Amino acid sequence: MPETILELNELHTHFFTDNGEIPAVDGVSLSVNKGEVVGIVGESGCGKSVTSLSIMQLIPQPPGKIVSGEINFKGENLANSSNKRMKQIRGNEISMIFQEPMTSLDPLFTIGNQLREAIQLHNKMSKKEASDRALDMLEMVGIPRPKEVLSEYPHQLSGGMRQRVMIAMAMSCDPEILIADEPTTALDVTIQAQILDLMKKLNQEKDTAIMLITHDLGVVAEICDRVVVMYSGQVVEEGTTREILKDPKHPYSQGLIKSLPKIHEREQKLYSIPGTVPKPKMGVKGCRFAQRCPMAFERCFQEDPELYPLENNRRSRCFLYDDAKREVTENANADIRS
Amino acid sequence: MNVEKKEKTSDPLEENSSQSRYMNDDEDVKPFSPWKDAFKQLRRNRFAVAGFIIIVFFILLGIFAPLLTPYPYDNVNLADRLVAPSSEYWLGTDDAGRDILTRIAYGARISLMVGFFAVTGALVFGTLLGVIAGYYGRWIDMLISRIFDILLAFPSILLAIAIVAIIGPSLENALIAIAIINIPIFGRLVRSRVISLREEEYIMAARAQGMKNGRILIHHILPNSVAPIIVQSTLSFGTAILEAAALGFLGLGAEPPDPEWGAMLAEARGFIQLAPWTLIAPGVSIMLVVLGFNLIGDGLRDALDPKMKN
Repeated sequence: MPETILELNELHTHFFTDNGEIPAVDGVSLSVNKGEVVGIVGESGCGKSVTSLSIMQLIPQPPGKIVSGEINFKGENLANSSNKRMKQIRGNEISMIFQEPMTSLDPLFTIGNQLREAIQLHNKMSKKEASDRALDMLEMVGIPRPKEVLSEYPHQLSGGMRQRVMIAMAMSCDPEILIADEPTTALDVTIQAQILDLMKKLNQEKDTAIMLITHDLGVVAEICDRVVVMYSGQVVEEGTTREILKDPKHPYSQGLIKSLPKIHEREQKLYSIPGTVPKPKMGVKGCRFAQRCPMAFERCFQEDPELYPLENNRRSRCFLYDDAKREVTENANADIRS
Repeated sequence: MNVEKKEKTSDPLEENSSQSRYMNDDEDVKPFSPWKDAFKQLRRNRFAVAGFIIIVFFILLGIFAPLLTPYPYDNVNLADRLVAPSSEYWLGTDDAGRDILTRIAYGARISLMVGFFAVTGALVFGTLLGVIAGYYGRWIDMLISRIFDILLAFPSILLAIAIVAIIGPSLENALIAIAIINIPIFGRLVRSRVISLREEEYIMAARAQGMKNGRILIHHILPNSVAPIIVQSTLSFGTAILEAAALGFLGLGAEPPDPEWGAMLAEARGFIQLAPWTLIAPGVSIMLVVLGFNLIGDGLRDALDPKMKN
């Protein structure tokens, strides 16, 4: 059994707005093992980013607040950690990179300056040592002519290069986990592939676990070991990348995969899941996806499904698998479905 | 291309302007090199250069006042009252026979000093309050913003008069009053800047690196707010001088025989038909200085705003 380093347990992060309480993260449980790449997939507004910011305790507060749940990082519950402790953890043990490499670096300072600052935050080093380390990091992330880049300003670099710098900065203190929030969304496709390769390489060489947040199943297929599919603030399906892409269980994951363009098939129109993601609301009864689900039946609108365990450590939040479970446990009780 | 430039500038003596950023031997020699672009832009703006020349002229006038004229500024010479401009008195004399050029030159000292200290005071306190309000938000923002609103609700000169009336008329008090009425202008500017910067991804990224609030404020938010603050300072410099002149005119600022331009105007008011030069000299001086600062301010605004770059 691999060592679990990050485990979310029934995490609820709500936003308290003028329009009422919004459960952006509504009972998310997931785990990341040492050295593993976990993809978190879902449409815009499903709570992926809020989940990652919750882990870092960087939810803008107010209006956001972690209402309940645990964030266990190596046996420490970050949800209860002090501000001071979080500052030690951020960037040092859990790092994060963001979607927009164009704006993630301070335009007024040189790359070297910013890298050094990140390094010296968590390490007692002289300026010289930090500079050397910054140079090493730039080399590691594959920046050409790193020595010159150190004295350049962000606007002199391309988006892909800046994302490399961000990764260098995030990796500079050898974190246990790198949370990457849509790291390739703003980049063009060839650069995307390079950045993913780089992340994969770092994952293998440094054994850093990566939590990759994306809406792009192509990215997931590229580097993730395991996938967590989120919908409307909840985890709806979880399993290995291979199995989920090959044989999605939850109707939502099925819809997601069906709506991917396929290289060998010429279809006039791509499939899309009907409807839009509902705004998370308090006190919704029934499955969040039921409105859009082609397989929904009465029970879906009345009860909340739980995450039913399936074979191979998979889980799916759908009543279809409630029966499967019952069959497995030889405790069939079919009358509910009628 | 970069490589070429780098080789060209391998001799540090030869480096000029923007190429210096390609030097990498000591990588943080010029942490503010983006300013160089702005400076270049500014030099191309003729109005800004004109403003700059005007201000430098008055600064030199102030500095070298004792060397420029043979008269002390408070030298009363009743034999030469209200003499028209002549080779002896270039700008004429006032009703007490004092040389107006001398008084204008010494007055430049007063006006520029008032402008400088009033703006500095307003800038320091305004920035401090604005940063606190913008970054920490919540009730402290409410409190500070409402104080700004109240200060801004008064016509500024009226408020200055009220402040001077309370603490007593003198040049220093006029200066304090002008500083106070300018605090909310800087405060609101910095606050809105901080609020928009707070949402920037690089600030979020800095927090994700585990940086402390204070460090983020000083190392990232303040440097990124400097451009609008500089622009506002220049513009406020002009307003402050104008306000000082207004207070002097009303007899609430500098006291006679100090050659404050506004006070000079007030003294000369009665001779507008008899000796117009007594009014023209201080009036034109005020106008020129304020214009000079406004021209520089507008030029700076264009030069520092990335959206105005072509």
